[in-house]
Amino acid sequence: MKLQEYHAKALLLRQGLPVPDFAIAQSAAEARSAAERFLAGGAGKVVIKAQVLVGGRGKAGGVKLAGSAEEAEQVASAILGMDIKGITVRRVLVAPAAEIEHEYYLAAVLDRASRKVMVMASAEGGVEIEQVAEENPDAIVRVHAHPHLGLLDHQARLLGFRLGLGAHLREFGVIARGLYATMVANDADLVEINPLAVVREGDARSLQCLDAKVTIDDSALERHPDLEQMRDLDEEDPVDVAAREQGLSFIRLDGTIGCMVNGAGLAMTTMDLIKRAGGEPANFLDIGGGAKADKVAAAMTLILADESVRAILVNIFGGIARGDEVAHGLVEARAQQERHVPMVVRIVGTNAELAARILADAGDPDVTTAETLDEAVERVVAASRAPAEASA
Amino acid sequence: MSILVGPQTRLVVQGITGREGGFHAQQMQDYGTNIVCGVTPRKGGQQALERPVPVFDTCWQAVHETGANTSVIYVPAAGAPDAILEAVDAGIGTIFCITEHIPALDMLKVVHVVDAAGARLVGPNCPGATSVGSAKVGIIPGSIHRPGTVGVVSRSGTLTYEVVEALTEAGIGQSTCVGIGGDPINGSSFIDILRLFRDDPETEAVVLIGEIGGNAEEQAAAWIGEHMAGVPMASFIAGRSAPPGRRMGHAGAIISGSGGTAESKIAALEAVGVRVADAPSEIPKLLVEAGVRPG
Repeated sequence: MKLQEYHAKALLLRQGLPVPDFAIAQSAAEARSAAERFLAGGAGKVVIKAQVLVGGRGKAGGVKLAGSAEEAEQVASAILGMDIKGITVRRVLVAPAAEIEHEYYLAAVLDRASRKVMVMASAEGGVEIEQVAEENPDAIVRVHAHPHLGLLDHQARLLGFRLGLGAHLREFGVIARGLYATMVANDADLVEINPLAVVREGDARSLQCLDAKVTIDDSALERHPDLEQMRDLDEEDPVDVAAREQGLSFIRLDGTIGCMVNGAGLAMTTMDLIKRAGGEPANFLDIGGGAKADKVAAAMTLILADESVRAILVNIFGGIARGDEVAHGLVEARAQQERHVPMVVRIVGTNAELAARILADAGDPDVTTAETLDEAVERVVAASRAPAEASA
Repeated sequence: MSILVGPQTRLVVQGITGREGGFHAQQMQDYGTNIVCGVTPRKGGQQALERPVPVFDTCWQAVHETGANTSVIYVPAAGAPDAILEAVDAGIGTIFCITEHIPALDMLKVVHVVDAAGARLVGPNCPGATSVGSAKVGIIPGSIHRPGTVGVVSRSGTLTYEVVEALTEAGIGQSTCVGIGGDPINGSSFIDILRLFRDDPETEAVVLIGEIGGNAEEQAAAWIGEHMAGVPMASFIAGRSAPPGRRMGHAGAIISGSGGTAESKIAALEAVGVRVADAPSEIPKLLVEAGVRPG
């Protein structure tokens, strides 16, 4: 689960990291009063940033400076309601604009290969790390935190020295260890501070976290009810929300063939084969192991909610999942649905014969069965191309 | 011989009194796996299964009273990391964790303890392993196999069954089929299992089933190039049509930036002579091309 910048910054603050003061505004008037407060506190300008989970908000015009409260109100009113990659901006973050001397990059990620937390840093901050990795890979310094002892002092020092942060070494050490602590305290799989900046205030210079990204491990959300509260339902497709509530793994795509499969690998394979046969999958859907009839029915409702679906492929390899349970769910779902879309069903493995009998007894003219995956794919792609009246 | 599990296996089922654990323990026993006992804390003294085995409170008792040398874990995610460590502390050398949704940072601590103890962990979030005809540990359906000399290693569950069934129907039997699991942090890598297959006299060819996300397939390809040249191998990579940036079910299955794509994995495998199939049903044909004879 991705967190908004203001939530990510709140988590950094909890671990004692230096994050400049900020406020959240849902209206231009709120943005104005926050700007008034920061300008009265001595800030020369304020920055107003759209709070959306998609990247590239700066380029889209979602980050702007303002020199007065009036200007802040105007800018906020332009950004609020703006569409950034299909997401409507509902909140802006308002903060005093920092006088930046240099921008660094600092992040903690799960490294699969070493099976450790990797802390990465670069003196080329403020740009996407992928870009640095491509253009100047040597500019990225990496250390692996000890799996049981965490990020060690000498590792933090090493990063600081290699970034050329000699004058700010102590500050940097506190920040690097705080970054790691943020990862562990929240079961994050990514904590990114970009930029981590040397900021000037009068004659004083300090390191400050000016932007932050945090992604939480979905498997750990159960033990972090406070983080679950940070989920931004406004930015989620309502279909995704419904799928999660049913315990289904569902991703909507652009095609016309609905897919219902058990197991993520087999679900991807089914999509791949549909595409290879000239069809376009309308979704990824893994109903999981041991799916019961009601879950199958809920999955069918999700698929049929997509108006562009013209045919459905059900591919179940029974192991934990039992074929008869799935067949019952399908029959139940068909009885509840008003839309009749041709459906190809392939159920093999545990209780497959029982499943075939249940489907045959239901006698639904829209349902055909297939023995092999290749055969099922061929039929469903043909059905998706049939004239619309056939499925009306 | 086969790998990981076989006639030498003396299996303890951790979580044997639970719904999943009980169901699959019976399936394993019916297959012929030598289950010596179960462990569920506070259920010690009970019996389980149709050919009854004792249930103990601790893995320590399982090892001391029945000589268990292999464990399979069906404990819910909140207790599974501790169940793995309990098995390690009891001296069990081979541990399969079927449980899914274990937080990655928990596994990150656990895998290094497992390694330091010299034990082997397969999973979590994996279907287990079956050595055809001698032992089935986990949840892979027993009926899909045929005995033979092809080793199968996979990151998926049901996709593995699909491939194994295709092999069986084509008359190509298997030595051992292993699912290493789809989580980002797991106990055994492709390379760990490939090394066992290379050293197993009963395994003559290998099928590797991968999926998008991470770079485990690329690393496996590099290792194959150095250590398994000449061994007939075929592969299938799931997720060619997956959009970047979306997590496809498994926590590990995501294309991020330019990394983890099916194209990169396929190119790496083909570069070291592994034949990569466009569909699971094509794998038997590719193995035959590589020199495997259907039995």
